[in-house]
Amino acid sequence: MTSAPTQARDDARSASAEEAGSEGRIVVANQWQLIWWKFRKHRLAMLAGLVTLFLYTVALFAEFFAPYSSGAYSAAHTHLPPPQIHLIQETDGGPRFSPHVKGFTVQIDPDSFKRTYMVDETVAYPIGLFVRGEEYKLWGLFTLDVHLIGAAQAGDPVYLLGADRLGRDVLSRTIYGTRVSMSVGLVGVGLSLLLGVILGGISGYYGGVIDTLIQRTIEILRSLPTIPLWMGLSAAIPLTWPPLRVYFAITVLLSLIGWTALAREVRGRFLSLKTEDFVIAARLDGVRELQIILRHMAPSMTSHIIASVTLAIPGMILAETALSFLGIGLRPPVVSWGVLLQEAQNVRSIATAPWLLFPGIAVVTAVLAMNFLGDGLRDAADPYQA
Amino acid sequence: MSRPKNTRQKGTGLKIRPEKAQTAESGRPLLELRNLRMQFPVRRGMFRRTVGFVRAVNDVSFSIRLGETLSLVGESGCGKTTTGRCIVRVYNPTAGKIQYQAEDQESVDLAQLDNRALRPYRRQIRMIFQDPFSSLNPRLPILQIVGESLKVNGIARGAELEERVASLLKRVGLRPEYIRRYPHAFSGGERQRIGIARALALNPRLIVADEAVSALDVSVQAQILNLLQDLQEEFNLTYLFIAHDLSVVEHISHRVAVMYVGKIVELANTDELFENPLHPYTEALLSAVPKPDPRLRNRGVRIRLEGEVADPSSPPSGCYFHPRCRYAQDRCRDEEPTAREIGKDHWVACHFAEELELRGFEAIGSTPGL
Amino acid sequence: MAPNVEETLLEVKDVKTHFFTDEGVVKAVDGVNLSLRRGQTLCVVGESGCGKSVMARSILRIVPAPGRIVSGEISFRQRNGETIDLAQMNPRGRDIRSIRGREISMIFQEPMSSLSPVHTIGSQIMEAILLHLPVSRSEARKRAVSLLDLVGIPRASEQLDAYSFELSGGMRQRAMIAIALACEPQLLIADEPTTALDVTTQANILDLISDLQADSGMAVLFITHDLGVVAEIADEVVVMYLGRDVESGDVDAIFHEPKHPYTRALLQSIPRYDSRDRERLYSLKGSVPHPFNRPGGCPFHPRCDEFIADQCNTIDPGRYTVGGDHSVRCLLYEPSAAAQNVGASEPPAPAQNVGATR
Repeated sequence: MTSAPTQARDDARSASAEEAGSEGRIVVANQWQLIWWKFRKHRLAMLAGLVTLFLYTVALFAEFFAPYSSGAYSAAHTHLPPPQIHLIQETDGGPRFSPHVKGFTVQIDPDSFKRTYMVDETVAYPIGLFVRGEEYKLWGLFTLDVHLIGAAQAGDPVYLLGADRLGRDVLSRTIYGTRVSMSVGLVGVGLSLLLGVILGGISGYYGGVIDTLIQRTIEILRSLPTIPLWMGLSAAIPLTWPPLRVYFAITVLLSLIGWTALAREVRGRFLSLKTEDFVIAARLDGVRELQIILRHMAPSMTSHIIASVTLAIPGMILAETALSFLGIGLRPPVVSWGVLLQEAQNVRSIATAPWLLFPGIAVVTAVLAMNFLGDGLRDAADPYQA
Repeated sequence: MSRPKNTRQKGTGLKIRPEKAQTAESGRPLLELRNLRMQFPVRRGMFRRTVGFVRAVNDVSFSIRLGETLSLVGESGCGKTTTGRCIVRVYNPTAGKIQYQAEDQESVDLAQLDNRALRPYRRQIRMIFQDPFSSLNPRLPILQIVGESLKVNGIARGAELEERVASLLKRVGLRPEYIRRYPHAFSGGERQRIGIARALALNPRLIVADEAVSALDVSVQAQILNLLQDLQEEFNLTYLFIAHDLSVVEHISHRVAVMYVGKIVELANTDELFENPLHPYTEALLSAVPKPDPRLRNRGVRIRLEGEVADPSSPPSGCYFHPRCRYAQDRCRDEEPTAREIGKDHWVACHFAEELELRGFEAIGSTPGL
Repeated sequence: MAPNVEETLLEVKDVKTHFFTDEGVVKAVDGVNLSLRRGQTLCVVGESGCGKSVMARSILRIVPAPGRIVSGEISFRQRNGETIDLAQMNPRGRDIRSIRGREISMIFQEPMSSLSPVHTIGSQIMEAILLHLPVSRSEARKRAVSLLDLVGIPRASEQLDAYSFELSGGMRQRAMIAIALACEPQLLIADEPTTALDVTTQANILDLISDLQADSGMAVLFITHDLGVVAEIADEVVVMYLGRDVESGDVDAIFHEPKHPYTRALLQSIPRYDSRDRERLYSLKGSVPHPFNRPGGCPFHPRCDEFIADQCNTIDPGRYTVGGDHSVRCLLYEPSAAAQNVGASEPPAPAQNVGATR
C-alpha cells in the first residue's frame, strides 16, 4: 500500500529522471512559448513571417527604402525600361567592382511618337547604398536625405525597375504603395477586429435574443454581394475629400464587411469556452465574470484570433487593390498597389511597358506570405492538442 | 454498527467500519434535496422557439449526511451529472429546494440564492470534474489553478499563497516544486490530484465528485480512490460521488442512489442495495457488471435489458422503466410509482417492490472467487 | 466445413512497431508475441499507452504514419489454407486489402467515427459485401437485412435505410459489428468496442460477440483495459505494459495464478466485491513513464515491488514458461536464477498475494 508521502517520493524519482531529458523546459513553458516552438517547426510559415516582417519594415520606412519620392517625375524618362545592372566597371586601372547602369539615348518615332531607348555604353551611372538624394521628412518628424539605394550622384537617372508614363520610378512608387496597401489591410482588420470582438463577444456571451439578432444581421451582411456594395458605397465618397479621409473611408468600408467572419469566430470560441470545465471551475472558485472573461477565456482565444486576423489581412489587401484598380477606391495622388496597377489596365501599356505590372508581383507576394503565415499560426494556435 | 445482514461474513470475519457507524446511520443531513427539477428547453427554428423540455432531473429528493459518501449511479443521460451541477449551482434548478446546513447556522436553500449570496457556500461545497484534461486551464500554471479560489476570496496572496498551494500539492501526493509547471506536464492521474487540491483549497465540507475516477486507468484509479478516502477521514469530508462504475461505487460509498431518466428509483445503504435490490432496474444494472474473475462468469444468467433508455423529453407513461422491465404489469403503464421506504433507510420507487424476489450482486455471481 | 478447432489462425512473433516522430522514436509496440486459434477469444489487456491498440492495428497494417512495423512476423492462415506473413505486405497493396474485411475485420471504440454519416447503414453493409463477394445487389441487400437481424437490431429491414446518427450508441456498435461480419471473417479484431457504452449495453454487446462467435467459429482478438470484461469473455489473455507482452496465458491462470508483478498489481487495484468495502486498494506506485523515457532493463522495474537492484534495471528479461502456455517476462522466473538462489528471491506465492486485499 502506497501512502501519499511515498507516492510523492516516487513521483520525485521519475520527475528528476524526466528533467534530465529535454522535458525540463517544456513543463514550465507557457502558452506563447509552446506556440512559438510549434510554429518554428513550420518552415514555410517562418519564411512567410520574415517576408511579412520585411514588407511592413518597407512600409514603415518607405521614404528611406525608395530612391525617389512618390511624386518625382521626369518627362525625359517616360516609359524608360528597367536597365541592366552591371557590377564590374572597366576603368583605366583595370576592372573594378562598381555597380552601375549604362546611359541611354532616346529616339522618338516621328509618326507614332513612340520612344525607343538605346543603351549608351559610354555613360555609366554608378549605383550606391545609403546615398544622399532628395530630402524627406520621415514620419513628418526627421528631415533626412539618405536613401537605401539609388544613384550615387544625386540627379543621375537610375530607374531600377523602369519608369511609368510620366517618367516616375516604378520601384519607388511600389515601395510607397506598400505603405498604403499594407496599412489598409492592417487598419481595416483592426476595425473589423474591434467590431468582431465586441459584437461576437456579446453574441456568444449573452446568447438569447441578442445572439439571434446579431447572427441574423451577420447573415444578411454576408449575403450581400460585396463588389457592388463596395462600388455603391465608395461612389458615395465625395470627390472633394482629401486623400487621407478617402483612405479612412475605404478602410471603414472594407471592415464593414470583414468583421462578420471574425465575429463568428469569436462567438464560436465564446460558446465553446463557456461550457468548458475549467471555466465552470473558475466560476465555482468564485471568480467574477469579468475576470473569467479576461483571465480564463481571453487567453484561450487570442492565439486563434491572431491567426484569423493574419488570414483576413490578405483579403483586405486584395479588396483595396481591386477597388483602386477599378478606380473606385483610392485615387491618385495617393499611391497604392491598386492605384499603380491602374496604369497597367490596358493591353497597349502592358505590351509597351510590362514592368508596370511589378506592383502586381508585390501584391501576390504579400498575399501569399500572409496566407502562409496565417496557416502556420493557425496550426500552432492550440499547442495543447496532441 | 454492523451491517444489516451478515451474509458476507467469511474467513476474515466481519469488519466494523467506524466512520460509517458514526455518520451514515446517525448523522444529520448536511444537504437535502427536495423535489429538485431541472429542465432544459429544446429550441428549434430560426427564432429558436422553445418546442419542449428535456427533464434532466425530474422530482429528485434525497439527503446527504455529514461525513458520508453518497453515490449517485445510473447510465449516461440519467441526470446524475445534472443533479450534481445543480447542487454546486452551475445550473439554476427549475424547481425544488437544495437545503444546505451550514455550520452553526440556519439551513439555507441554495436554489434560491443569487450569485452574490452563494459566495460563502461556494467555498464549502466544491466540485471535482471528470475530465482531468479539460478541467484544468492549460494556459495557467498550477499555482494559479489551485490558488485561484484562495486569491479571489482574499484568503492568501503572494508568498503565503505559494506556501498554501505547495502544502496542498503535498497533501494530494504531488511535489510542491511543481507549482510553476503547467498542466500539460502532468499525466491524467496527476492532473486529477491537482483537481482535488483545487477542491480542497477552501476547506470544504461537501465535495461533489463527478465521475472523478472514470477517465483513469485502473492502477491510477486505485491511487485516487485511496486518496479520496484518506482525505475524507482527515478532513471529515462528505462526498456526493457520481459514477457509473458499480464496482467503484460499491467500494467507496456508504449509501447509493440509483437514477433512471431523471428520477431516483432506489436508495439504500451500499450493502443492502447490492445484496437486496428492490427495483428491477437496480437488479439489471448489478447483473450487467462484469466481475473480474473468470470463474464468476454470468453469461446466461444475466438479465438482459432490451430496448433503449427512455427519451427524457418525452418519457413513457407511468413508471419510466416499464417498457424495459421484465416484471411490468398494467399498473406500471398507468400509474407512476412514488418512492416508499421499505425496511430501514431503503427507499424504492416500484409498485411491486415487496412482491418481487430480485437477485442481488452476490446471488448472480454465486461462488466467492479466489 | 468443420474447421479444426486447435488450428492456429494467427501467430504474432516478436512484432515491433515504432513511431518515428520529430522528437524521437516512440516504441509503441516493442516485441509482442501471441497466438490465436480458430474459435478462440484472446484478450489483450493493458493500461492506456501500453501499445495494445497499435498492436491490433499492426495486424491489419493500418498503423498511422509515422509508425511502421520494424521487425517481427505476423503469420495468418488464410481460408484457402495458405499461411502468409502480414508484416511483409505492402500496407497499401492489393493483397492486404483482400485480407481486410474478408478474412480479418475490425471494430472500434467509437462507432460514430468509423461509420459514414452520409451513407445509410444498409449501403455500408452492402458495400462491404459487394467488395468481397460475387453477389448481386439484391442478394447483398437481403444479406444485409439478415446481418442486422443477426446483430439484434430490431426492425432490420427498416433500419437498413437509417443513418448512423439516428441510432443510439449500442445500436451503432451493433451496426458496426454487422459491417464487420458482412463477409464472415475468420478473425474479428475488437478494439475497446464497449468502452464508450453503458454497462447494460456493454453486457449486451459482449453477449452478442460471444454468441456470434459460437455460431460462426470465428476467432476474436479483443483489446480492452477492463479486467472485468476480460474475465467475462477471454479464453487466453495477453497483458501488455509499455509495448511488451509481460505475461500471457489462459484466463484462469492469469486471474488466479498471476505471475508478473504488474499483472498482480493490476488485479489488486480493482475494487472487488469480495474485498471489504472502503478498505484501501493496492495502488501501483508512480505512473506509466513518458514514451521517450523508457526505462532500461525490464521496463516495469521503476514501479515494481519485487525490484532486484542491478538486475532488473540492466537485464532485459526473456519469456519464461511457467507451466502450460503460461509465460511471463520477469527475472523472478528465470529458471537458472530461481535454481541458484532458492530462498533469496523466491517468487512470492501468487495466490496469497492476490488475496491480500480481501
